[in-house]
Amino acid sequence: MGLKRRVGFSAGLKYRGGGPMWAWIFHRVTGIAMVLFVGTHVFASFFMQQTGSDFATTINIIYESWIFQIIVVFIVIFHALNGMRIAILDIWPKYQVFQREALWLQWLIFIPIYGLTIFFVIQSAISGG
Amino acid sequence: MSSRTVQPGLSFEYVMWIFTRISGLTLFLLAGIGLISAFALGARTQVDLPTLIRWTFFPNPNHVINSNIPDVTLGWANAFWQVMQILLVFFGVTHGFNGLRVVVEDYIGQSIARPFIRGLIFLLWLFSLVVAVYVVLFS
Repeated sequence: MGLKRRVGFSAGLKYRGGGPMWAWIFHRVTGIAMVLFVGTHVFASFFMQQTGSDFATTINIIYESWIFQIIVVFIVIFHALNGMRIAILDIWPKYQVFQREALWLQWLIFIPIYGLTIFFVIQSAISGG
Repeated sequence: MSSRTVQPGLSFEYVMWIFTRISGLTLFLLAGIGLISAFALGARTQVDLPTLIRWTFFPNPNHVINSNIPDVTLGWANAFWQVMQILLVFFGVTHGFNGLRVVVEDYIGQSIARPFIRGLIFLLWLFSLVVAVYVVLFS
């Protein structure tokens, strides 16, 4: 019972899955980005603490800069909320018919949380913190 | 592209599928406990956002360069928060590297490189866990 897919890149671009498709793509991209960014940050912190390496310190200064934090906060909050939507709909599959409504609700929750976080990040960046 | 066989019963993929959901919800729980505790332990009045996030997720004495709150070790340096950090690290790292494995295996398909990439991701996962537990317990 194998499922064979022979879909090229251009054919994939023409697929119009709408919001849930983009949520799936973003979920993958943000997941990989989190493994990359947060993993790098963790290892850089480890080497910064153990060896006092200048390179690791540079990595962490970049990671903790406010511009990078705006990206990282988007990645983390989107992945968390989207993952929660997936988990909830998988636990109660009968609500899968409200997939698109759940996605709208997800963005309604995302916007104030992300907006508030970004407000404080930019505020402390402007005041030189 | 990939072709995969679906078999009923308790397979590795099925267990990891369930683990992904459970660990994601567990991370929500741990982050909530950390956030509420950070506020309760004094983050309300004196803390900027990076420090709050640090106290929420990884309340470790020497971790972040941007924040130097002097009394960070007072409320946090005990066995409870070490266990919480180890739980957070275990669920986060396992969730992350399993997700990396799923995505990578989706795109490489049934190639000869598959067991090697799986082994590499397994080693990275193990190394991350060992490093994180070392930092939590002995730093």
